[in-house]
Amino acid sequence: MRQKLPDVLRSPYFWSLLFLAALLIFNILFTERFGVIEVRDGHFYGNIMDILRRSVPTVLLGTGMTLVIATGGIDLSVGAVIAVSGAIGALLARDGYPLPVIIALPLAAALISGVWNGFLVAKIGIQPFVATLILMVSGRGIAQLLCGGQIIKFSDPSFEYISAGFILGFPFSMYLAAAVLAAVQTVTRKTALGLFIESIGVNPAASRCVGINATSIKLIVYAFSGLCAGIAGLLLTTEIRGADANNVGLNLEMDAILATVIGGTAMTGGKFYLAGSVIGALIIQTLTTTILARGVTRPATLVVKAIVVISISLIQSSVFRSQLSGLLAGRGGRA
Amino acid sequence: MDYLLETSRIGISFPGVKALSGIDFRLKAGEVHALMGQNGAGKSTLLKILSGVYRQDEGRIFLKGREVNFSSPTEAQHSGISTVHQEINLIPTLSVAENLFLGIQPRTSSGRLDWKKIHRDSENILSRLDLRIDVSEQLNSYSTAIRQFVAIARSLLFSADVLILDEPTSSLDKDEAAKLFAVIRGLKRDGLGIIFVTHFLDQMYEISDRATVLRNGEMIGCFEAAGLSRMDLITAMVGDAQAARAENEPSKRRARTSQAPGDERILEASGLSRSGAIEPIDLSIGKGEVIGLAGLLGSGRSETARILFGIDAPDKGDVRICGSRLKPCSPIDAIMAGMGFCPEDRKTEGIIGNLSVRENIILALQASRGLRRMLGREEQAAIAGKFIEALSIKTSSAEEAVKNLSGGNQQKVIIARWLASNLRVLILDEPTRGIDVASKSEMQNLILSLADQGLGVLFISSELDEVARCCGRAAVLRDRRKIGELSGDELSPDGIMRMIAGGESAA
Amino acid sequence: MRAPNIKARHVPIIATVVVFGLLYAAASMHFRNFFSLRVFANLFTDNAFMGIVAVGMTFAVLSGGIDLSVGSVVACTGIIMSKLITQHGFDPFLTAAMLLAAGTLFGTIMGCFIAFYDLPPFIVTLAGMFFARGSSQIISLESIPLKSDVLTAVAKFGIPMSARVRFPFAAIVLVASVLAGTWIAQFTKFGRNVYAIGDSEQSAVMMGLPVRRTKIGIYALSGFFASLGGVIYTLYTSAGYSLSGMGLELDAIASVVIGGTLLSGGVGYLPGTLLGVLIQGVIKTAIIFDGTLNSWWTKIIIGSLLFIFILLQTWIAKSARFRRSGP
Repeated sequence: MRQKLPDVLRSPYFWSLLFLAALLIFNILFTERFGVIEVRDGHFYGNIMDILRRSVPTVLLGTGMTLVIATGGIDLSVGAVIAVSGAIGALLARDGYPLPVIIALPLAAALISGVWNGFLVAKIGIQPFVATLILMVSGRGIAQLLCGGQIIKFSDPSFEYISAGFILGFPFSMYLAAAVLAAVQTVTRKTALGLFIESIGVNPAASRCVGINATSIKLIVYAFSGLCAGIAGLLLTTEIRGADANNVGLNLEMDAILATVIGGTAMTGGKFYLAGSVIGALIIQTLTTTILARGVTRPATLVVKAIVVISISLIQSSVFRSQLSGLLAGRGGRA
Repeated sequence: MDYLLETSRIGISFPGVKALSGIDFRLKAGEVHALMGQNGAGKSTLLKILSGVYRQDEGRIFLKGREVNFSSPTEAQHSGISTVHQEINLIPTLSVAENLFLGIQPRTSSGRLDWKKIHRDSENILSRLDLRIDVSEQLNSYSTAIRQFVAIARSLLFSADVLILDEPTSSLDKDEAAKLFAVIRGLKRDGLGIIFVTHFLDQMYEISDRATVLRNGEMIGCFEAAGLSRMDLITAMVGDAQAARAENEPSKRRARTSQAPGDERILEASGLSRSGAIEPIDLSIGKGEVIGLAGLLGSGRSETARILFGIDAPDKGDVRICGSRLKPCSPIDAIMAGMGFCPEDRKTEGIIGNLSVRENIILALQASRGLRRMLGREEQAAIAGKFIEALSIKTSSAEEAVKNLSGGNQQKVIIARWLASNLRVLILDEPTRGIDVASKSEMQNLILSLADQGLGVLFISSELDEVARCCGRAAVLRDRRKIGELSGDELSPDGIMRMIAGGESAA
Repeated sequence: MRAPNIKARHVPIIATVVVFGLLYAAASMHFRNFFSLRVFANLFTDNAFMGIVAVGMTFAVLSGGIDLSVGSVVACTGIIMSKLITQHGFDPFLTAAMLLAAGTLFGTIMGCFIAFYDLPPFIVTLAGMFFARGSSQIISLESIPLKSDVLTAVAKFGIPMSARVRFPFAAIVLVASVLAGTWIAQFTKFGRNVYAIGDSEQSAVMMGLPVRRTKIGIYALSGFFASLGGVIYTLYTSAGYSLSGMGLELDAIASVVIGGTLLSGGVGYLPGTLLGVLIQGVIKTAIIFDGTLNSWWTKIIIGSLLFIFILLQTWIAKSARFRRSGP
């Protein structure tokens, strides 16, 4: 009953990768034209490209969320921050401001939102859930206020390049996500940031005793999470060439949290797995695409998503694992 | 049939370890039965089986002659086995009365909880323990000792036949412990069987009728307390070879350390105070000195250490390391200046459980280097390897999560953490608490050898003989105030006790 | 239950009462006709379903957990209820009873995942939220009207408060839910166990409290109140719609927090939650009265109120910790 599972089964990536592979294989076998990648105008198209492109916002948010969750926190406000940055970007684009301004101001606003969350959590000591709930509740209100309750339309080809542009056949947004990921990977592993984040997540009191300044680390991760949401906001806004403060990025914070948890980072904080979160985001998007590609109605996606979330969480739960290894050990063992 | 609680050939294994095997534990009604053994001997595992937390792999348990099999602590409790754990398991934000009756509240005829009766009964039951407090007040407004009594009172409500007390005195002062013993004697007269776990040999002799000794998961024997010599008891607990060492070695070394206090002052604190924690205190530690901080629990020992290291802010006063003043309330500043701190509560303030031994060792060094100057992986491995060998830390590898190490080895990891950074003075708060006798003497020797290499050490311990053995000089605290310093021959357990008591009569 | 003096843990609830009083007084002075029996009764009616849902949420939060599924459960209940009654001619009362049972069962299942597999409530109830929302959308993407004369009569029922104002059925159910919740919290073993688990789950286990059973009970209760909220919402709007109740979980959590319950668990009172709901109600009503303010101000003001209350709670927690470490 108390045997351990083999090491490979305990790897944080194993189950999520296995699941993603199973989903893809299922699709390639049973979904018509799933694996086909076409070249049109020198750009790649197809279901797989679609999955990659559409998962970019979740990957971006998931990257920030992973660091936040690793410190033992959570950032519920990212959906609202998307709305705010999108609204600002759309307003500026509509009024014909130059591109650097259209990009910089929304990102600055997003960064400030993140710093605000970080300030509440790190300086004032409010629980992350509540601290970010404040912006989650009021952020969309602020975005609506900015837009005056309207959907702001704009047309600015250089701004729209973020979601519509292609480089070497791949969408620009994928390079953007890859760049953010690479930057985070480098910063967390080549500096002590990753180690300090994990240390704070595992044991905040002891981390203080070894001289780690949790306040600044937390400020950094929440600010970064805000920034990620800002980038995602620009991306989603240019996709529809407009700001819809009510609906843009709705529930995306939940997808980001799910991607992180599916990827093996525990909600209690500690060790974090960036690659896991990317896999998580891909799983979520693959599910959606699969279901749509198979002609099932959109609502079913939610139900399937619910089942997947529960199954993957179960597989990662130690109780379930010991039950499972009890079964694997066979009936020879004790009940 | 004479036994209240009897186990027959009990055994249990965990992954890769046989934690207990062939235990025949026998408890009579109306006796206090001590359970003795080093850490890892299997005491807590046995307690957990008896109180229904674990279920044994083999063997049988009989309560009043009937075979029992508990599947949960609740079941054990309802069958008459109540346990008071070392870390008091009560609900701090609920009232005292509610803590007593949680889960077993009386109800009125209409089916709702009868709060009046709960409060009345609470007052009654506590007065049986000679405790008169406002039972409607939140539990966390009372001291640890009172919480301990509340926990015991609660267990009595379950019409317990067997009461298990796991290290009940570890956070009590002498008076409180005496009061606890009076209560235990009363319960014993009422016919309860009491299992008493302690690390303090004196207390074992004071209160117990018999003692069962465990070692490495096996039962060494059951002895009448009266006929058991101290030496025999230690031999039973640690085995022959180690016993001799544990008894003799550290005291031999003391003479040497007390003779060479360096002239160079490494740490100087002057007029350091914090309201509710410590009255203005002066301390100074020289190169190669081991300075003790002695006093009873609550005398301000740990509080002083926390202020020195910058965890808590002082109201007044300052701390200097080698002459330069530290920023108050900034551990990182203290670390950069060369201070290290091994906190009393290893688990919550010391180790970072899920991180590896390597990461735990390099963490303080990395923190003082800052975010950007990351130690390379090879460099980290080299540092970790060096200290694992130097302090003979027992771990399967440097990559093992530190939470999987034993208490003594975790303590060494924390010390290694400070040695790896540029250490000048080390503050140790209860470094030997909760670790077994053999590791204890090893730890004491380690501390002394560090001082020999020129380190200043501030040594805090509840065990006065340990202070007397290891320190060249000791500051004595009482009621959050420094009442004097002892050195040389005056520095003995008796001397410290006299100073603490002497201050009392003067006041 | 005796409260001889004001204790630190009572400060948040007192603050809630004060804020409600101030807001209500300010609105009454600022707007003509605000201080009237009708507005007061409407405050209860308009927020009845949110308040009922918040009662269940309070238990989840008190235990240190969360229930994100409530909004979707409201929608799912509404759509099934309308479909069964309007399109299949089911008996209205039987349907309502069945849906309450279904909601309870749904909560129980989520509770089982949380209790037996130690999964975070956030994730489990998030999955529950997806599941219930998806299910209601599968059942119908269109809004389904509720056609039942009996239910219309029930919805119109009310206790007369004056010649022209009645305290309507939805408000009665809200008050009854709060009273029932308060009774459960203060006068049952289950209720006290919820507090104990919220403060220290490990201690609760060691004290022999039925932690698992209690956790399952908490989410079952929350599921029950969510479906009750759904039934009331459907009665009130005379329709079931798969997108209704979006973001309701946030409003409910906000009510609980503004009502003085600590999100970390262990401290809080059910009547506070009702006040939290009414505070949000006063803000919404005042904005409607004003006429020039837009609905997004509601979100911004509630966000700000949340901020203030949380600051207050944090400050109290800090001062309490300070006192504990003091002499």
